[in-house]
Amino acid sequence: MSSNSTPVETPPAKNGTQAGHASGDKRFKILEVHMKKHQFRHDALIEVLHKAQELFGYLEDDLLLFISHKLKLPPSRVYGVATFYHFFTLKPQGQHTCVVCMGTACYVKGADQVVEAVQNELKIKAGETTADNKVSLLTARCIGACGIAPAVVYDGTVTPRQTPASTLEKINQWVKS
Amino acid sequence: MILNDLNQVKEKEQAAQKKIVLRCCMAAGCMSSDSKGVKEQLEKAVADAGLQSEVEVRGVGCMKLCCEGPLVAVDPKNELYVRVTAENAPSIIAALKGGKANVEQTDPDAAFFKKQFSIVLANSGVVDPERIESYIAADGYLALHEVLNEMTPKDVVETMVKSGLRGRGGAGFPTGLKWGTVAKSPGAKKYVICNADEGDPGAFMDRSVLESDPHSVLEGMAIAAYAVGADQGYLYVRAEYPLAIARLQLAIKQAKQMGLLGAGIFESPFNFNVDIRIGAGAFVCGEETALMMSVEGKRGTPRPRPPFPAESGLFGCPTLLNNVETFANVPAIYRKGAEWFAAIGTEKSKGTKVFALAGKIKNTGLIEVPMGTPLRTIVEEMGGGAPDGGKIKAVQTGGPSGGCIPSQHLDTPVDYESLGKLGSIMGSGGMIVMDEGTKMVDVARFFMEFCMDESCGKCIPCRAGTVQMHNLLDKILKRKATARDLAKLEELCDMVRNTSLCGLGQTAPNPTMSTLRFFRNEYEELLQPDTFGAGATHPQTVTK
Repeated sequence: MSSNSTPVETPPAKNGTQAGHASGDKRFKILEVHMKKHQFRHDALIEVLHKAQELFGYLEDDLLLFISHKLKLPPSRVYGVATFYHFFTLKPQGQHTCVVCMGTACYVKGADQVVEAVQNELKIKAGETTADNKVSLLTARCIGACGIAPAVVYDGTVTPRQTPASTLEKINQWVKS
Repeated sequence: MILNDLNQVKEKEQAAQKKIVLRCCMAAGCMSSDSKGVKEQLEKAVADAGLQSEVEVRGVGCMKLCCEGPLVAVDPKNELYVRVTAENAPSIIAALKGGKANVEQTDPDAAFFKKQFSIVLANSGVVDPERIESYIAADGYLALHEVLNEMTPKDVVETMVKSGLRGRGGAGFPTGLKWGTVAKSPGAKKYVICNADEGDPGAFMDRSVLESDPHSVLEGMAIAAYAVGADQGYLYVRAEYPLAIARLQLAIKQAKQMGLLGAGIFESPFNFNVDIRIGAGAFVCGEETALMMSVEGKRGTPRPRPPFPAESGLFGCPTLLNNVETFANVPAIYRKGAEWFAAIGTEKSKGTKVFALAGKIKNTGLIEVPMGTPLRTIVEEMGGGAPDGGKIKAVQTGGPSGGCIPSQHLDTPVDYESLGKLGSIMGSGGMIVMDEGTKMVDVARFFMEFCMDESCGKCIPCRAGTVQMHNLLDKILKRKATARDLAKLEELCDMVRNTSLCGLGQTAPNPTMSTLRFFRNEYEELLQPDTFGAGATHPQTVTK
């Protein structure tokens, strides 16, 4: 991954005085307000990363550096936390995301076949995005929807009792759109 | 807020109660099948029929039979509609005046419901989780009031010891003992943490409790905080549970507005604040020391104990850490008494346990049964056995840290000791039923892959051992392994179990060991004959 925007120019000493980011992107300002709400506390790092991912979709190097400067944390610490947790992604996602739950209940009810069907259809592996940036295929550990297994989350909407056929139908709608 | 105010809220809520109540499940399972649309259409149909003064449509928490959702219950007619769609709404409302709705129903007196004994789930499916008044009408926050006004922290701990409650997160540590230790630890600042990082795949009890009855957990935490002398609490919730997080945020806000959380609760000198910390998808964060690292905003890696969190936990302060279900048990214990609670269950395992029943079984959903209930009752009577006339092969409890219990042991009572004897654990309560079509070696590999991915990498036995064990299981499944590989696998299981730093590594071999114990033939069937033949020397020994 690479970043095209200029690196953060705010010196650490000026933290809190100069708001936002050199790029002028408003989302940085929103993120900074969020950090302020947590009083720039170090233990709020995960909360801040959640907000950053919500705003930007993924965590690129420049964004992580911005957070590191503002919270006065070493970049290694921010990067370390961002890569430790599965929820944070350092790669951009496709326009649509298809998350197949691979918890035990879903697995014994055939979630692995759903994943395989999508992999074969889109010619990508779980965790990857199609070349045209349309669909990302992800797997989840367990979304706690075991009563309606196997469950698939299409763009944030949990859908019950999926089969390879029903999943491919949905995926193909996206591909065609 | 004083007792009078609390009673006023309760009376007002009860007075507003309408003659007929339609309870519509608004937990995550049913929501995914458009129960929100069902509720809206029911409300519209009530308005269209001009029945607003008689009929209330109430969004409630989980009604337990998740596989048949969306569920709508009608009080006091004792009817339970299943698989309701938004189009069914007018038919259901028309049937209120007599006649029969053209919607599938299930028997609310069936074994699945009748065999349940609700303490933790007593309010689930009854109260509106988004309105604190609804919880107060069900005697909510009464226990907190009594504890703050009539008991010393020491009494509170003693009552908990007497109740015999044990931690519901899996290990079963006596809760009263834990509270007592934190209470005795010196320190001006103490913390209470609720572990809602329900990472076990196949477990959704905590999600349901948080979505259905968030206030009971908050009340339990407040009582615990008073007992140990803490004034700050954290709820560590998985990011995968957005609805639970939203309901908790709302519940905390409402409780603060009413003066039931925050400064001077019930006009006493007791202060207690609760903040939510959202997890970020790391299974190891269910381990207490790793969880506290995560609350501090760091990588969630565990550390050796001692010092135990009770002495040095979050930010180095004494910390009490309990599971969601443990806290949800607390208000009922103080409302109804320790003796009442201790009379339920078995000698060593008191009270009830909530299980998430899923997998190859007819009735999937949530069940709460007294400790000591035989597995057979749960799986065959309540769960209705395997679907499509299949045969149950095994029941998996405890997730990636647990084991598979074969069908010949179905008469085992569920309590901490009995499950431990079979090489499984109670765990947090996930119960996955497997039928004849499930390959046990495949299951073992599935869990090993999980542990391999989730290993935090801090200690070598877990980081490297899980990878090696996974490779061996994969080799066996691909029919490329020999008896020597199997022996190596067993050796590794023993090593990883005994030398790993935290619970994740120590229990990672459990699924493999338990399937090896009960289904060894399935492993052996996949083995290849040793290419070197009987009596031949191994190449390695030749070169020496």
